[in-house]
Amino acid sequence: MQLSGWGRFPRIDGTLSAPRSEAALSALLGTGPVIARGMGRAYGDSAIARNTVDMGHFNRMLAFDEATGQLVAEAGVTLSEIITAFLPRGWFLSVTPGTQFVSLGGAIAADVHGKNHHSEGSFGRFVDWLDLMGPDGTVKRCSRTENADLFGWTLGGMGLTGIVIRAAIRLKPVESGWIRQTTIPAANLSEALEAFEDTFAATYSMAWIDCAATGDKMGRSIVMNGEHAGRSELPADRRAKPYDMPKHGTMSVPFNAPGFALNPWSVRLFNEAYYQRGARLPSNGLVGWAPFFYPLDTIRNWNRIYGRKGFMQFQCVVPLESHAEGLRAILDAISRTGAGSFLAVLKRFGAQESRLSFPMEGYTLALDFPMNRRSLALMPELDRITADHGGRFYLAKDSRMSADTLRETDPRWAEFAAMRREHGLQHHFASAQSERLGL
Amino acid sequence: MSKSILILGARSDIARACAQHYAAEGYAVRLAARDIAPLKVDATDLHLRHRVAATTHRFDALDTAKFAAFIDGLPELPDVVLCAVGTMGDQSESQSNPEAAAIVLRSNFEGPALFLGMMAERFETRGSGVVIGISSVAGDRGRASNYVYGAAKAGFTAFLSGLRNRFSRSAIKVITVKPGFVATKMTDGMDLNPRLTAQPEAVANAIWRAQAKGRDVVYVKPIWFVVMAIIRTLPERIFKKTKL
Repeated sequence: MQLSGWGRFPRIDGTLSAPRSEAALSALLGTGPVIARGMGRAYGDSAIARNTVDMGHFNRMLAFDEATGQLVAEAGVTLSEIITAFLPRGWFLSVTPGTQFVSLGGAIAADVHGKNHHSEGSFGRFVDWLDLMGPDGTVKRCSRTENADLFGWTLGGMGLTGIVIRAAIRLKPVESGWIRQTTIPAANLSEALEAFEDTFAATYSMAWIDCAATGDKMGRSIVMNGEHAGRSELPADRRAKPYDMPKHGTMSVPFNAPGFALNPWSVRLFNEAYYQRGARLPSNGLVGWAPFFYPLDTIRNWNRIYGRKGFMQFQCVVPLESHAEGLRAILDAISRTGAGSFLAVLKRFGAQESRLSFPMEGYTLALDFPMNRRSLALMPELDRITADHGGRFYLAKDSRMSADTLRETDPRWAEFAAMRREHGLQHHFASAQSERLGL
Repeated sequence: MSKSILILGARSDIARACAQHYAAEGYAVRLAARDIAPLKVDATDLHLRHRVAATTHRFDALDTAKFAAFIDGLPELPDVVLCAVGTMGDQSESQSNPEAAAIVLRSNFEGPALFLGMMAERFETRGSGVVIGISSVAGDRGRASNYVYGAAKAGFTAFLSGLRNRFSRSAIKVITVKPGFVATKMTDGMDLNPRLTAQPEAVANAIWRAQAKGRDVVYVKPIWFVVMAIIRTLPERIFKKTKL
């Protein structure tokens, strides 16, 4: 069958197995490389291969400790299910990416980050241990004290060290399901960066950035900060049920949009409207957890907006030393080609202490581009600018980077590839991405 | 006191989806199957997610002599009983081996029907209860490819229909579910038409709605009602020549 990631590019033919037990899973190993797949939300080819293993049947919650907030769950459990079960009891995810529809296993494999990376770190920081099935089908407990090497390589290791079966993660106590949000309109990139540095103490921060704006307006943004709202901050009528949210409808994109729906003019119009709306928002207010963390989750299948050909994500991080020039050069390249991205996100990262994970202290920019010749021509240019400014790339988003670019920007992966060869892992775990990138 | 549901054949995918659905609605869940060791983790999951009581119980649908004791051993007489016990068997094996055929007939018809009949009696004494049987469209008309299984399901469907008829003037409800193709363990590896195939969660949702709305017979995907209406009305002299 045909498989693709969330960006629907590339697509490859292969088999998809969905084992129901560890025994059935281990029986799939040893006859050629496989890659585990959760919700298929990696944008490119991270979770597709000739032989792909759907972990959807590994979907049980196994234990919860009310005292420490430690949840043990199987790898196929989704972050959405964790919120549904535990927010009513006063617990939220310590780190969440921009969609709740990812699996626990996927979140570990990509070591995802959220709006609190600068203040609290990446997902992996809250993983106490994980059980990893190795090439011979045996399962090893890995943590900071037990099989620590393997644990380190697995956080952000894109499923290439083995298959995560289950893991223990720590949830964070919250007094309500509401976020106190502060929005700061920034007229250009310098103002946006200044706003990030001024509000570094905020728990959550990110900015929507207008990639279509040029000249004085280049990099104009709406910077959004947030804090979990305490019970006393809620209006009186919400205090009794602080975790209950008003019902939000969901929309769905029912079919693939035609290719012409996205063009430089529609992108410009959308971004103008979005900025004006953002600038008019009250600068301070309460929003529910869902619209704050997952604005796009209310539109199911939003990836169809880009039509049948799909789209590409580009996400890089530029280190603190050179971030302003780097970001300016990237924005400049985008506006010169008129490629424009509907939704672009800028975010400050904090320091990251882990072996492979994507973040580093600096600024990350995430953009999506429709799959076409113009975008494909722009990507290597953005790669070059990022590399020249000492930046690196997020593999969960990547679908087309060259092995050379990865090697040049992120020497850790060469070390990882050597470790894989030493243990013969490349014969057992491989994705279309790992083969493309020579991992 | 919360309501409770007893689920027989609790390891099946449809049963697991139903357990999640009813637990999310606040029901205590009693999971029963022949092998209960693998059910423990499901019970833990149900309890963690939905904060309901979830217990496991050993149940063998072929051991009819132990049915009464099994019911007596439950934590309470449940409000709802759902039977998802069944096995497709292998048609060619069933044709040549009466022992194998008997297992298919007994585990799809005799065990489920007798057990649900016994539960209905208890419900009658109490004055309330919902009986849900997972039958099959295969029981709507016998076909060469699976008539042993189909005959057992036809018997089960007829039994449920009779039970419903008997209790139609009481507070006891009897629901017959004919899921059509469902993406489950039973159909793993089969090449099913996606338009005719439901997910287990959709089956659970249809069952829950049927109970809420007082429906009698449920086809999960409406198209199956149409397909089976046509198959049932085909004259035998034409039907006998078909390959379905």
